[in-house]
Amino acid sequence: MTLSRIAPYLQATPLTLILAAFLVLPIATIVMVSFWDYDSIQIFPDFVFTNYEETITSSVTWKTYLNTLKYTVIVWAVTLLVGFWVAYYLAFHIRSTTMQMVLFLVCTIPFLTSNIIRMISWIPFLGRNGLLNQTLMSMGLIDQPLEFLLFSDFAVVLAMVHLYTLFMVTPIFNTLMRIDRALIEAARDAGANAFQILTNVIIPLAKPGIAIGSIFVVTLVMGDFITVRFMSGGQSASVGLMMANQIALLQYPAAAANAVILLVLVLLLVAAILRIVNIRKEL
Amino acid sequence: MSQKTTDRTGAKTGKALKTVDASAGVSRRGLLKGAAALGGLAVGGQAVTGFPTVWARNPITLRQFGTGVSNLNAIAEKCKADLGITLQMTALDSDAVSQRVVTQANSFDIADIEYWICKKVFAAGTLQPMDVNKIKYYDQIVPIFTTGKLTPESVVAQGTAPNTVGFVEGPDSKKFASAPTQWMTLIPTIYNADTLGIRPDLVGRPIKNWKDILDPAFKGKTSILNIPSIGIMDAAMICESAGIIKYGDKGNMTKAEIDTTIDFLIKTKQAGQFRAFWKTFDESVNLMASGEVVIQSMWSPAVAAVRSKGIPCVYQPLEEGYRAWGGGLGIAKHLKGAQLDAAYEYINWYLSGWVGAYLNRQGYYSAVLSTAEKNMTPDEWAFWMLGQPAKTDILSPEGKVMYAAGAVRDGGSFEERMGAVACWNSVMDEDRYMVRRWNEFIAA
Repeated sequence: MTLSRIAPYLQATPLTLILAAFLVLPIATIVMVSFWDYDSIQIFPDFVFTNYEETITSSVTWKTYLNTLKYTVIVWAVTLLVGFWVAYYLAFHIRSTTMQMVLFLVCTIPFLTSNIIRMISWIPFLGRNGLLNQTLMSMGLIDQPLEFLLFSDFAVVLAMVHLYTLFMVTPIFNTLMRIDRALIEAARDAGANAFQILTNVIIPLAKPGIAIGSIFVVTLVMGDFITVRFMSGGQSASVGLMMANQIALLQYPAAAANAVILLVLVLLLVAAILRIVNIRKEL
Repeated sequence: MSQKTTDRTGAKTGKALKTVDASAGVSRRGLLKGAAALGGLAVGGQAVTGFPTVWARNPITLRQFGTGVSNLNAIAEKCKADLGITLQMTALDSDAVSQRVVTQANSFDIADIEYWICKKVFAAGTLQPMDVNKIKYYDQIVPIFTTGKLTPESVVAQGTAPNTVGFVEGPDSKKFASAPTQWMTLIPTIYNADTLGIRPDLVGRPIKNWKDILDPAFKGKTSILNIPSIGIMDAAMICESAGIIKYGDKGNMTKAEIDTTIDFLIKTKQAGQFRAFWKTFDESVNLMASGEVVIQSMWSPAVAAVRSKGIPCVYQPLEEGYRAWGGGLGIAKHLKGAQLDAAYEYINWYLSGWVGAYLNRQGYYSAVLSTAEKNMTPDEWAFWMLGQPAKTDILSPEGKVMYAAGAVRDGGSFEERMGAVACWNSVMDEDRYMVRRWNEFIAA
């Protein structure tokens, strides 16, 4: 009797311990340090709000957050479009399950290399004397190399879309595969055209997948710093990059305050997504 | 913020020092590679005359950490061979170095730091001043580091000039002395004069001034480095050259001067003058080698790296002068007895010529020139130090041809280069404000 009452707690213990040690504790530390004071070489235990004040009242912070949100929105929209398209094709146009799995694995091939390598490989491709510019010029399509291709917002968004689309494809593909094909036949029998089937049947049923994919992409883009740094050539800022700079300058409390603000913002975004789509109910 | 430690006594040279974070201003991968190659040679010879060999019988290990530029395998190997002292070297970036000197005083014996870092950290009391009477070659140290004047008539440059933080008033003092005393904070090891690097084949006109980086012809083809404490100095050289502002002291700007400088940078950035901002050594090499930029802030080994790819690149001397940097060895407060003696022994050995020649051959400068000269061939000396055309091919320490016969070093002789220093890397009183505004510039 007692064992059966204790058993669930025992079963939950390992995960609780792991999460406490590797998630709760570090975040608690970050929150604590965000109230500490610092000078150019040391940090002191304290309880001051200056880190938050300096972060929130600075126009740089606002600009940087807006810029990060801009990337997030664009990348989210593009990955959603591309991801849904790919998943739809895989789920509804490829008939055999074997072929579906083969093609899905093909989608994951780029992920066999590290994401830094995938990102950096764009640089020689997009550069002023890069492959793309040379090809376009030798074809006579342009006279001058296109400068906007590299070290620009375009390059950042391109690399992010490349890096993160699979995170959209996978959950959407998963939900599309679960849609009962009889529903689509029923819709067709009821006289719906292809577009109506898409908007009235498939997309509503794919919402949980879209939501999960969106959470992945939004959190990844909001926290990114290395893609922004390399692809913008240091010309653009993101919240992650701002924190990385602060850490490099040993301004840990300021970076911690920034991290707390970012965490709150991302949690709000995720909450908003979950508010729109109840993942658990619809899975 | 990579942190790799290697014990240099074994045969495992090189590999572990692969990653040196370049925000130090000094990650020089090529050099380290070369050092590794040479390191192998040095292991064998144990008997070098002229130095006491007591340390071989009573093994001493000194833990040295620093900003990578002079943390060279070859030096550790040679030190082991000559003195029997084992050097454990750790390469960190300059921010991590500053922090460690202050907060982990017992984690090192020798700190290899830059002079501006010394200004920041010496007050923490974790380093002990050195008695110049125990420094054998003290009298021969280049006067830049003692009186501040290369020649009696030179003017001390702006910024954290080494002589301003090179001495303290007494053995327990933390106050920097205005003139040389018996107590030295750092023994200078390595220094150089930095300027802009250019692609002579792509700029299409002579480059003479720092302001040439603002030329509309180079729109979208320029870069400066995004390490605030160094980048602001390059920016100051550019602003002053362009007549935007005249600084009281570039190395210690007022808030108003910082504002003017950053506002100008933001305006220039928004006009599309810059192609990118680089943070690491490799990035600067790639930007230049790929032709993305044709004129930018650069470090001398990066110029050599571009050139070694067969791409023309010049470290262009400019009328307004150079931005100089220098590093030195400091002794930890906790050292005493045999370890302290060993530290002095090591420093005296460092200045005794072999290391100096090694550094001079990389295009840097060493603190005691007279001893280094004896360790270089007359042709090498004439090329590197006197700015004369090379009579034979000039080899790097690992034996690779760096300059063909007939070549002349960019910028000329030691006196021409170090005599034309306009400012030193520095730490400002308004450091925190400057960094905040710099981040604004990057985010703009």
